[in-house]
Amino acid sequence: MTKETDQLIVNTQTIHELIKTGKRLDGRSLTDYREPITVQTEVSWTAEGSAMVQIGETKVIVGVKLSLEKPYADTADQGGIMINAELLPLSSPIYNPGPPGMKAIEMARVLDRGIRESHAIDLKKLCITPGEKAWFVIMDIVSVNDDGNLFDAAGLALLAALKTARFPTVKEDGSLDYKNKTEEKLPLLKQPISITVLKINGALVIDPTAEEEFSADARLTVAVDVNGTISAMQKGGDATLTLEDVDGMVGLALEKADFLRGKLE
Amino acid sequence: MTGLVQQERNVVVPGEVLAEGMDYLPGDNTYREQDKIYAKALGLVNVNNRVVKITSLAGPYLPRAGDKIIGKVVDITMSGWRIETGTAYQAMLMVRDATMRFIRKEEDLTKILDIGDYVVVKITNVTSQMLIDLTMKGPGLHKVSGGRLMKINAQKVPRVIGKQGSMITLIKERTGCQITVGQNGRVWLRGTAEGEMKATVAIKMIEEQSHLEGLTDKIGKFLGEAPKFEKPVTTPQEGGEQ
Repeated sequence: MTKETDQLIVNTQTIHELIKTGKRLDGRSLTDYREPITVQTEVSWTAEGSAMVQIGETKVIVGVKLSLEKPYADTADQGGIMINAELLPLSSPIYNPGPPGMKAIEMARVLDRGIRESHAIDLKKLCITPGEKAWFVIMDIVSVNDDGNLFDAAGLALLAALKTARFPTVKEDGSLDYKNKTEEKLPLLKQPISITVLKINGALVIDPTAEEEFSADARLTVAVDVNGTISAMQKGGDATLTLEDVDGMVGLALEKADFLRGKLE
Repeated sequence: MTGLVQQERNVVVPGEVLAEGMDYLPGDNTYREQDKIYAKALGLVNVNNRVVKITSLAGPYLPRAGDKIIGKVVDITMSGWRIETGTAYQAMLMVRDATMRFIRKEEDLTKILDIGDYVVVKITNVTSQMLIDLTMKGPGLHKVSGGRLMKINAQKVPRVIGKQGSMITLIKERTGCQITVGQNGRVWLRGTAEGEMKATVAIKMIEEQSHLEGLTDKIGKFLGEAPKFEKPVTTPQEGGEQ
C-alpha cells in the first residue's frame, strides 16, 4: 500500500545526527527562523481583515470575517470568536480533501486558545444588545504551502489580520454592508503570538521544516503577549518532556515571540 | 503551407502546431494528425534534421527500462518488496534481484530491506501494463544509508547530470559529496554537512535556472574557488540532452 507520506522525503537519520552537533539540514542554527519572513496585510477585499505570512517556503493566509449573531445564553453580554483551519491538499502531499483532519483541528484549537485565554479581544465591547445582538469574529486559516511550522506562521498571520480588521457598515434595517467598511477596528487588548518549540533528538529547535516536524520527538506551542504573559500552551508528539525541557522551551518561546512580533511592524 | 511553424527553442503548450506538411517527422512529446505535427507537452521546440521534438519543461517521470532510480520500500511480500518510485505505477523488487546471498525460506526479509528504506535500483523491465521490475544487483545499486535525499523535477535530471556528467562531476568535486541522481528525480547526497548543503543549493539552482545559458559557469562560480580542472570550451551550449 502506498501512503501519501511516501511522496514526502524525510531524512530523519541525518537530521538526528546533525542536531547532536548543533546543525540542521539547511544550515541554520537550532534557534534561527528561516528567511524571508514576510507579512502582507489586506490581501483579500472580501474579508474584514486578512493577512498572508510567509516563513521560508511556508505560506499561510488568514481571513477575519465579522457578523452579527445572537450571543450564547451563558455569555449574553459578550460577542464570540471562532477559528477554523483548513489545510488544503495542494499545500502538502500529506493533506487530503474532505473534513478537517487531526492537524487542522489541533491547529485551530491551539490558536483559538491563544486568543481566547489571553482575552486578546474585548468580547464585552463586541456586544450590542445583551442577549440579542453581538459581533462574532470568525477567523479562517488556509494553508497555501506547508513546509513546516504552520503553527507559528498561522499565529502571526492571525494577529496581523486581527490588527487590520475593520467593521463593516451596519445599514438602517440592521443588515450588514460588507462592501463598505468603517474605520472602526476590533477592540484588541493584547497581542498574543504563539511560538512552537520542538524537541528533536534531545535538542530544542525553533521553526522546523516539514522534514524536521516528522523527525521530532515532541513539541510545545506557547502563546505569549507583549508583556511575556503566557496565555496558552499545547504539547504534542509522543515523547515526554522533562521540567528542564519545558523551562528551556518557554524561555526560547518568550525570546522568539519578541522577534516574530517585530516582523509585524 | 508547409514547413516549420515554430522556431527552435520556442516554448509551446500542448496542442500547438509545430510543423505543417509531411516534410517533418514527429519526435518525443509530439504527435501527427493528418498533415500537421502538434505538441503533446509544455516545453521547448527542438529540431534535429527532419525530426521535431519537444524538450519537456515539467511533468511526471515515466519509467523506462534501464533507468537508475531511487525508490522507497513501502511493502514486503512473500517474494520481495514493493517499491514506491514516484510514478503512478507499481514496482516490485524480487528477493533474487536484491541480493547475491542465498535467502532461506523462513528468513526475515526486513533484515535486508525494511519498510521506509530507500534503495538505488535499476529498472529491468516495464510491462505493457506499466508494472515495473527492479534489480539491485549491479554496480552502484545499493540500499541508501546516511546522507540526505532530495527531490527535483524529473525533467531536469539531464541538466543536473550535464553533458557526459559534467555538471554532476563539478558539484561532486567542489563539494566533496557522493551524489547519486535517480532518473525519477530523487537525488541522494552524502558528504560533510556543509558540502551536502552547498550541493543541495547548487542542484536547486540548476533545477530553477535550467533554461538559461551558461549555467555550468554560473554553478562553478557559486561553488566557488578557482576551477580545479579546465572546462571543455568546445561545448556550443550547456545542457544534458543525451
